[in-house]
Amino acid sequence: MSDLETTPLTALHRALGAKMVPFAGYEMPVQFPAGVLKEHLHTRAAAGLFDVSHMGQVIVRSGESRESAAAAMEALLPVDVLDLPEGRQRYGVFTNETGGILDDLMLANRGDHLFLVVNAARRDHDIAYLRAGLPRCTVEEITDRALLALQGPGAEAVLAGLVPGVASMRFMDVGVFGSDHGELWISRSGYTGEDGYEISVGADKAETLARALLSHEDVAPVGLGARDSLRLEAGLCLYGHDIDTNTTPVEAGLAWAIQKVRRRGGIREGGFPGAERILDELENGPARRRVGLRPEGRAPMREGTELHAVEEGSDPVGKITSGAFGPTLQAPMSMGYVPADMAREGTRLYGDLRGRRRPVTVTPLPFVPAGFKR
Amino acid sequence: MKFTEEHEWLRDEDGVIVVGITQHAAEQLGDIVFVELPEPGTEVSKDDEVVVIESVKAASDILAPLDGEITEVNEALTDEPGKVNEDPMGDAWFFKIKAAEPSQMDDYMDEPAYQEFVG
Repeated sequence: MSDLETTPLTALHRALGAKMVPFAGYEMPVQFPAGVLKEHLHTRAAAGLFDVSHMGQVIVRSGESRESAAAAMEALLPVDVLDLPEGRQRYGVFTNETGGILDDLMLANRGDHLFLVVNAARRDHDIAYLRAGLPRCTVEEITDRALLALQGPGAEAVLAGLVPGVASMRFMDVGVFGSDHGELWISRSGYTGEDGYEISVGADKAETLARALLSHEDVAPVGLGARDSLRLEAGLCLYGHDIDTNTTPVEAGLAWAIQKVRRRGGIREGGFPGAERILDELENGPARRRVGLRPEGRAPMREGTELHAVEEGSDPVGKITSGAFGPTLQAPMSMGYVPADMAREGTRLYGDLRGRRRPVTVTPLPFVPAGFKR
Repeated sequence: MKFTEEHEWLRDEDGVIVVGITQHAAEQLGDIVFVELPEPGTEVSKDDEVVVIESVKAASDILAPLDGEITEVNEALTDEPGKVNEDPMGDAWFFKIKAAEPSQMDDYMDEPAYQEFVG
């Protein structure tokens, strides 16, 4: 794995016995000795610690004011950036001219600047895209900080033991905190459907912070394997799989991330790439939708599985974009795209599994209820 | 006991061959979440896909190591696929096969050869 980048926690992962795999150009832990199932269940029961340092951390700043950076940003994504209060973050997607999704990201108002967290595989693209699209702003990639996620019902008590101020944060709050591990940039958010935090820490302090968190009996290290099954149970999209340049945010069920002011009739209607199609889909509905799917029996239906409307004959009507066995659900689960008239809860479809069509039922997302602290 | 390059083990029980996967295979596959077994009575040829197993990572097939008839399957694995990780060499056998050509067993590795094979 010599061409792969490492994170400030790579040595710790190895010391903990992780199985390392290449992921988005990084050498990352896919699982620790406990294994994916136990890591998943531990996160839902107590707290899991994830290394997400491969994700891109980006600061966008305008020479004039944060408002001008926010206004410029609104030209790139269908999100209300201007009204995002200081100390809050919001989920959004960069769209292209046809309404497709270039990446999904978190965007925070940190007073005099915006702080973004973008996908590892899209980091270089996004930074170039931001620099081209925001000529009057500086776009700074943060390369000297690691990013950890502490997720699960036990996360608050554990992190508050080190950083007392985090206990009073609400879901999607962001803050900067002094600590024994240097300055921490913390948000109350995550990618598991659980309460928890994402913590940006100086690269040189990352391992001691991780060890301090792991020294708590409630905390176990969790790899990318369980990260994927956790996010899928939570109904969250994975870029490059459930969303990409061929899916619009409305098709993907992400209309909730497009605030009213950017919609038709809003005070800052449109003005982002692909607005024509996206605004039309918001009003009239998209031709297809991302849905949750529960296969009958125990066999998982994975990405690429074709979906049919009938048990025999006819062409496929859609495709599964993510699928796995849900350790908390104790059943297989998938997400995929189907025609809008087949997206209603309870609709029965058939997935082509090893040459046999097996029934699946359209199911509301998330598969497992979220535990966010609102 | 004999071993295949597909990481199956074969144990001769009075002319009926019991088939499972090795500890090494179970570890490589990770947590197993689904097992689909053949119907007892099925006639199979060597290298037919007879069992589907899914781990948290991926699906894989188990091939029939011999020509013959499936005489019994381990139904317990359907409800508790995790048994394959707990006791792959013992309780978590997959199926029993009555070999049409018992001499096909001679093609497979003994334990020292298998250990060398997996390194």
